[in-house]
Amino acid sequence: MNKHRIVIEPSTENSNYWKDLWNYRGLFYFLAWRDILVRYKQTAIGILWSVIRPALTIFVMWFIGYLFESKVPEGVPRILLVCAATLPWQFFSNSFSETSNSLIANSNLLTKVYFPRLIVPASTVIVCLIDFFISFVILVIIMLYTRFIPDIKILLLPLFLLLALIISMGTGLYIAALNVKYRDFRYVIPFVVQFGLYVSPVAFSSDYIYDHPTLPQFVKYIYSLNPMVGVIDGFRWCILGGKTPLYLPGFLISVGISILFLFIGISYFRKTEKTFADII
Amino acid sequence: MSKRNVITVENLSKSYILKHKAQSYISFRDVLSNTAKNLLTKKIAATTSSLETFWALKDVSFEINQGDRVGIVGRNGAGKSTLLKILSRIVTPTKGRITIEGRVASLLEVGTGFHAELTGRENIFLNGSILGMSKSEIQKKFDEIVAFSEVEKFLDTPVKRYSSGMYVRLAFSVAAHLEPEILIVDEVLAVGDSVFQKKCIDKMMNVAKDGRTILFVSHNISAVEALCNKGILINHGMVQKQGSVKEIIDAYIDKSNLLSEQIDLTKITRSRYEHALIFKQITFTNMPLKFGEKIKIALQLQSNVKRTFNDVDFGLNIIDSHQKCIIHCSNRFLNINFQHHSDVDTYTFEIENNLKPGVYSLVLFLRTEDVIQDVLSNEVSFEISDGNPYGFNDTMQIQGSVLPDFTIYKK
Repeated sequence: MNKHRIVIEPSTENSNYWKDLWNYRGLFYFLAWRDILVRYKQTAIGILWSVIRPALTIFVMWFIGYLFESKVPEGVPRILLVCAATLPWQFFSNSFSETSNSLIANSNLLTKVYFPRLIVPASTVIVCLIDFFISFVILVIIMLYTRFIPDIKILLLPLFLLLALIISMGTGLYIAALNVKYRDFRYVIPFVVQFGLYVSPVAFSSDYIYDHPTLPQFVKYIYSLNPMVGVIDGFRWCILGGKTPLYLPGFLISVGISILFLFIGISYFRKTEKTFADII
Repeated sequence: MSKRNVITVENLSKSYILKHKAQSYISFRDVLSNTAKNLLTKKIAATTSSLETFWALKDVSFEINQGDRVGIVGRNGAGKSTLLKILSRIVTPTKGRITIEGRVASLLEVGTGFHAELTGRENIFLNGSILGMSKSEIQKKFDEIVAFSEVEKFLDTPVKRYSSGMYVRLAFSVAAHLEPEILIVDEVLAVGDSVFQKKCIDKMMNVAKDGRTILFVSHNISAVEALCNKGILINHGMVQKQGSVKEIIDAYIDKSNLLSEQIDLTKITRSRYEHALIFKQITFTNMPLKFGEKIKIALQLQSNVKRTFNDVDFGLNIIDSHQKCIIHCSNRFLNINFQHHSDVDTYTFEIENNLKPGVYSLVLFLRTEDVIQDVLSNEVSFEISDGNPYGFNDTMQIQGSVLPDFTIYKK
């Protein structure tokens, strides 16, 4: 028997979905490679942009915190506090917005070749991840400059990065699939990113909210529903060696919501991906 | 050893919902407001939903054996491309079932996924991988691909600086070096110069010799004839005929309303263009047409709106069985300017005829004030019956497309 037997039927559950995805890992790699190559072609300073953009954001966030004299824990340079939050936030905002637009951006592929559609957003996230690693240089430079020595907790950082990856993948997949049908989401994405920056602890730190004397309790609950709160608090906790607290209940809520997002994202994506080529 | 089926298609159907007066894309707001409307008054839902189910393919069934080179022919909009898209797993069918045994590669477009900013070398890898080749396969074939494409010198130049010919050659070269068991090809030979086209057909013939199966869609009848041994004729989403390639091509050319003298053109479904002014009817006034007689074709134009059309520019192309344009006539060439103000007007062409006897089809073209109003391709055909100006008894032996008067004398 031929091992390459394909049966095409209307809307049947593809039992080989994940196997198929594995078989197309070569394409996944090439799409990511293409995006990385193309990213800074015909630019004068090329890859430096991956460093300059977050560096400027960090500077602005630091300046805002400085102006409003927001609280900084004992023995932590303010710039490091801001940097530990800006890097994961930038990773999320880039990967969320680029994943959400990835299907539209690759519509010529979608209508001309078959491959598991999940490859497109997945390779986009990987490109953003590489950008994140490059921008990590900033953190190292700041640590060297401020002579801040992290402790053993920094080894837990990959766990929180994974959480950020899950959040951006889950939300990105969902919006990407919706974006194919309703282009309204093109306008929603920048809004979410901008709004998110203010409700996430980038310019301030989470204990400011949690320890706030007059803020009603339900606002604090709503605040902790934002999964990026858990990620950013976690990053700070790892990088600053536990000098900022990590609220365990809040963190668990973040993890729960992220996994829920991923589940919803993947299942909605799989449900709709068969119609992508028809309606894009 | 009997040949086995590699592709089995059973009762395949694909429908699309056509929304009349639909916007270019659905917006979330429309869905919300329509839902709200429908909740308020259920009557509105009935009147606003001018939906129509359009069957792009209906109950298509066929089988393809290993090693067959099958040409799929049919007019524009017959459903050929939809069929290939379903076979390539890009869109899912509405009904039916397809079983494919073997590795499939489909080529619906030349250079899918080519990125303008990347160099030729980088694009070979990217495109190869999109078409389903592994990295090691591409590396193995890399030199061959480059040699075939004749762009060695520009391998490290971004393809945005390529001429369109170079671009197409590179793209096709990658595709030509695919080695699937089943190759699905759509119209891609329509590009490139004729020398390169010949090279591509030869390459595909070689592929077929290795026992691979090819499905080939093209309007280029001579390419289908050169490459394929079997054919499938599709008309209005249904398989009209299957058989040897010769039978299919004859049936395809023969298809149109042959020899009927007066043909109503309003029934033909049109999709593009303005259609404020359309071709209503075509009449061949002197049928059956004998060789040497003037071709007289009367075209009726009908306006669908009340206004005067200035600068009416219309023409007809006479196309031979190899899809080559033999004659092109238009009022523009004679510097005649027509104004169309009444509902229906008739314009008659009288064309000198020294065409080889056979079946010809027509392309009709209508434009007013630089707006394309109506185009009908290969919807109508006519036959010129046997005869030649020389009194020779076997016209079939004369190979030329036109039979002009000529004399030969000895000095």
